[in-house]
Amino acid sequence: MAKELLKGNEAFAEAAVRAGVEGFFGYPITPASEFLEYMAKRMPALGRAFLQAESEIAAIHMVYGAACAGKRTLTATSGPGVSLMSEALSYIAGTEVPAVVVNVMRGGPGLGNIAPSQSDYNQMVKGGGHGDYYPIVLAPATVQEAIDYITLAFDLADKYLSLVYIVVDGNLGQMMEPAELPPMRELRKVPPEWAVSGAKDRDPNILTSIYIDPPDEEVTNIRLLKRWLEVEKNEIRYKEYELDDADIAVISFGVAGRVCLSAVKTAREEGVKVGLFRPITLAPFPRQAIEDLSKRVKRILVVEMNSGMMLQDVKQAVAGRVPIEYYGRMGGVTPFPEEVLDEIRRVNENDEEIPDGMERVQWLERLEERIARGE
Amino acid sequence: MAMEKVELNVVYERPESLTTTTTHYCPGCTHGTAHRLVAEVLDEMGIREKAIGVAPVGCSVFAYDYFNHDFVEAAHGRAPAMATGIKRVRPENTVYTYQGDGDLASIGMAEIIHAAIRGENITVIFINNAIYGMTGGQMAPTTLPGMKTTSSPLGRDVEVSGYPIRMAEMLSTIDGASYVVRQSLHDAAHIRKSKKAIRRAFEVQEHGLGFAIVELLSSCPTNWGITPAEALHFVRDKMVPYFPLDDYKVIPEVAKLKV
Repeated sequence: MAKELLKGNEAFAEAAVRAGVEGFFGYPITPASEFLEYMAKRMPALGRAFLQAESEIAAIHMVYGAACAGKRTLTATSGPGVSLMSEALSYIAGTEVPAVVVNVMRGGPGLGNIAPSQSDYNQMVKGGGHGDYYPIVLAPATVQEAIDYITLAFDLADKYLSLVYIVVDGNLGQMMEPAELPPMRELRKVPPEWAVSGAKDRDPNILTSIYIDPPDEEVTNIRLLKRWLEVEKNEIRYKEYELDDADIAVISFGVAGRVCLSAVKTAREEGVKVGLFRPITLAPFPRQAIEDLSKRVKRILVVEMNSGMMLQDVKQAVAGRVPIEYYGRMGGVTPFPEEVLDEIRRVNENDEEIPDGMERVQWLERLEERIARGE
Repeated sequence: MAMEKVELNVVYERPESLTTTTTHYCPGCTHGTAHRLVAEVLDEMGIREKAIGVAPVGCSVFAYDYFNHDFVEAAHGRAPAMATGIKRVRPENTVYTYQGDGDLASIGMAEIIHAAIRGENITVIFINNAIYGMTGGQMAPTTLPGMKTTSSPLGRDVEVSGYPIRMAEMLSTIDGASYVVRQSLHDAAHIRKSKKAIRRAFEVQEHGLGFAIVELLSSCPTNWGITPAEALHFVRDKMVPYFPLDDYKVIPEVAKLKV
């Protein structure tokens, strides 16, 4: 199939359709609503289930039901929606059924705004719902990657009976760029053996997240953790750019990573030995790869569109081997490549130690100066 | 001595739709009766093998242990949403929820109303015993005025906590609802009527006629602090007057169904 000019949210929705989604349940929220609107047309035309629920709470419990029924299913929302969905996400994890959630992140906390942000990193990566579970989190940076990883998300969800989150931001959801959609996959003809589909010629299937006897719950927790360790072993994904001879590694995900890539390329033209490490799986986090990277470079610059959430994971992986600096924009502000370029130039000149915890203090000082200059 | 030939007919047996598991329900609780009625109906309609039940959070949280067909366990109050998800991707299956009053009429109020609004083709069995049973007898949205519970120790004060909600009446005002009835489990005659209502509610789904709910007034002797017999009398004398038994909504297509 040839490349077409595709709008982010619509392309993501079509990718889900082609991955074999049989049930979409959603609730309007900016900046994810185009996903819902696209599915409203597309799913009924294919004879598949589409429903606009009364709330995000109901939408995700419908996803939970469809997942238990053994059908590929997903919802698309934004951070405030994920907050409401957290209840069912925990139940889905506890029931060990596959489901996919797309979070088109916006500025927060609270009602916040509808501008692109990465402030749901902790919400998505560190859980959100109650209990002991680990969702897989994929962070594409282009429309094409989002298409590819949505397809991958369903395969991972099925393989590991897991929740898979796709985190993008309003930039990606709203932008148009050339991308290629995969061919339409055939729908599953026979339900998975664990699914509720009617107990004909077999014992009843019971799908639940309740284990009233603590030892039974512990066995479940062990099973979930072992599955997660398999995910950590097999599914870590990241991309590296110009890192072979780099003294400085910029670490950044999603659209922020894309902004950083522009800055890295310009800095390279200026002769700065800088490269980019872009995690694709935020969970499992590419800890080992970053540890290895920290043994090769002299300095690391983490760039995010939040207050430094992934920064904490990077710090854990780097374990003080090299100084880490931070630069971020918050509240729905997307950094310009020039801002990141300034940071790369500054980091290139800086050989001071950064005491633990000071990376954000120093960043805030620089950020406030920048804001005061009207940038 | 010649043996007289006697023809034996089975007049009572365990429905195939029930397992042999002993329930955890308290003596005198009417959940067991309600379970049996649902199971008998599934058997009689021959739909056990395509039935998918959705259990609530509450005393019937373990309903899936007692029914011999596919079951899922929903979060508190969300059973109608979960049932919707299942039914929309598996319209060929028979999907029903089994919910208590705290589950359906308090935390799950939005989910049940919107399932009715959509005319969701599911069946809802609603057990109203005017109390939160599993958590130890707290005030429910259906607790009668003046009724003492662990969270209304002086009796439900309507000035503070408002009045009990009559779910059947409210749901009957919704265009999407096709069959809305309230029955009671306090004596044999009403149990028979309850079964008939449950049968019709499942027939509604089998005929694709939309949303059907059967509210069943039930007893909770343990948390009401009275004997099982007194509890049934309480249902008859106190609950039925507040929650009148009636067919609140029967659309013409449902009325035509032979049950």
